Amino acid sequence: MGAILSLHDVSKSFGALKVADAISFDLPEGQALGIIGPNGAGKSTLFNLITGNLAPDAGRIEYLGRDVTRVPPMQRCLAGMGRSFQIPQPFTGLTVFENLLVAATHGQDRRESDVVDQVAQVLERTELMSVANKPAGGLSLLQRKRLELARAMATQPKLLLLDEIAGGLTDAECTALIETIRALHSDGVTIIWIEHVLHALTAVVERLLVLDFGRVIGIGDPSEIMESREVKEIYLGIEV
Amino acid sequence: MIWIDTIVQGVLLGGLYALFAAGLSLVFGIMRLVNLAHGDLIVMAAYLILVVVSVLGLNPFVAAVIAAPIMFVFGWILQKGVLNRTLGEDILPPLLVTFGLSVVIQNALLEGFSADSQRISMGPLETASVSAGPVTVGLLPLLTFASAILVIVGLNWIFYRTSIGRAYRATSDDPVTASLMGIRPDRVFASAMGLALIVVTIAALYLGTRSNFDPYVGPARLIYAFEAVIIGGLGSLWGTLAGGVIIGVAQTVGASINPEWQILAGHVAFLVVLLIRPRGLFPRAVD
Repeated sequence: MGAILSLHDVSKSFGALKVADAISFDLPEGQALGIIGPNGAGKSTLFNLITGNLAPDAGRIEYLGRDVTRVPPMQRCLAGMGRSFQIPQPFTGLTVFENLLVAATHGQDRRESDVVDQVAQVLERTELMSVANKPAGGLSLLQRKRLELARAMATQPKLLLLDEIAGGLTDAECTALIETIRALHSDGVTIIWIEHVLHALTAVVERLLVLDFGRVIGIGDPSEIMESREVKEIYLGIEV
Repeated sequence: MIWIDTIVQGVLLGGLYALFAAGLSLVFGIMRLVNLAHGDLIVMAAYLILVVVSVLGLNPFVAAVIAAPIMFVFGWILQKGVLNRTLGEDILPPLLVTFGLSVVIQNALLEGFSADSQRISMGPLETASVSAGPVTVGLLPLLTFASAILVIVGLNWIFYRTSIGRAYRATSDDPVTASLMGIRPDRVFASAMGLALIVVTIAALYLGTRSNFDPYVGPARLIYAFEAVIIGGLGSLWGTLAGGVIIGVAQTVGASINPEWQILAGHVAFLVVLLIRPRGLFPRAVD
């Protein structure tokens, strides 16, 4: 299978601070890639570069075989990029169902009547059916995280970007969420997942990428990466 | 029994104020834009209806149906071309620009139509009335009130039952996230202003048929509209109707005690509500 997403020497600086330093990698279609790195390593920045919320200073981003480096975020969304946020940002005045309806209609440029079944399916899969008609402002943290995931799914993404979706959850909640994401992945959705909760990440992803100071310091099989000396030193803070 | 009559007249007058206020409330609710030119836009729409009536010789209701899409397009262009540029963190630019717009509209109307006061003629409907027991009400005030209810039902239907309505609410909640969902906030805002100006046209129809108007009556309508919105609680359209009714009843009751007290009584009622319920009667949003 070909690469759904390729980054070629993508760089971005905020003033003197390099937040992305010549980042390059290919993501084959259907793969789940985990991204780890200490706070401030540039993980969320990398997502912003991929979704187009930030423009890179240098380098090239290809998505579905097309150069999207200068394509605005909305176009990328319509082309099948879905994203969840680190801090859930539901439309609090809308019900859970309406949140998904808005994402599904506008994110795919379709009519409401055509997406209702699809939205119902997403509600089912993310276990939000029971709160579908509640205002999103009144949800618990797990429900908000689920909604964040559901809203990204409602656009039927080919590439799903998850930003610390397991953070702040209890173990049981985390396990439930992992199952949902695993099921999604087995349906063929390509995933990039930033996460500090490592066991959640390694339960799903096939490949792991380590970022530090905007640089890729390792990419490969999760168990090998976790064993590498550099990663242990920089990321886990263990003297080797 | 005269009191019942006074109160009924006041309630019906409240319908007119609710119509003034609905467009203002809609624009503020969706894009947090305080439109100081709102009253002048109502007057402008009244002149537009007047022109259609006198040039084409049409019934005012038909003329309003013709004026509404024109006002929609005007609102769209106004929002897309001018007001969208003023929206942001700072609340001052939209205030200044709409204040300027208010001056421009007043002077343009003065230039085009002179300062003579005008009225849109409804023919026999102006004096038609229906009696129910001790109360006799004019058909026109009754129609005004019914229109206000229809407008509010219609707007609520749009907000809660249609795709564009959900886009309005989502964008009002968080324009940045909305744009990531594929919503174009600039277009959403433009269509919201267009919709508001359709409501403005309906308000203008009754403003122009129930009383005289000249290019300068806009700001006073704006004040009634503001008061109705604030009494009702920001963001609640039914609250806006209640606010309009409170001002209307206060005005007619005040006028029945002493004709000079009509306007004053409305403002006093507004201040009293503010004292007791600073956030309005039916506050919706917490922010």
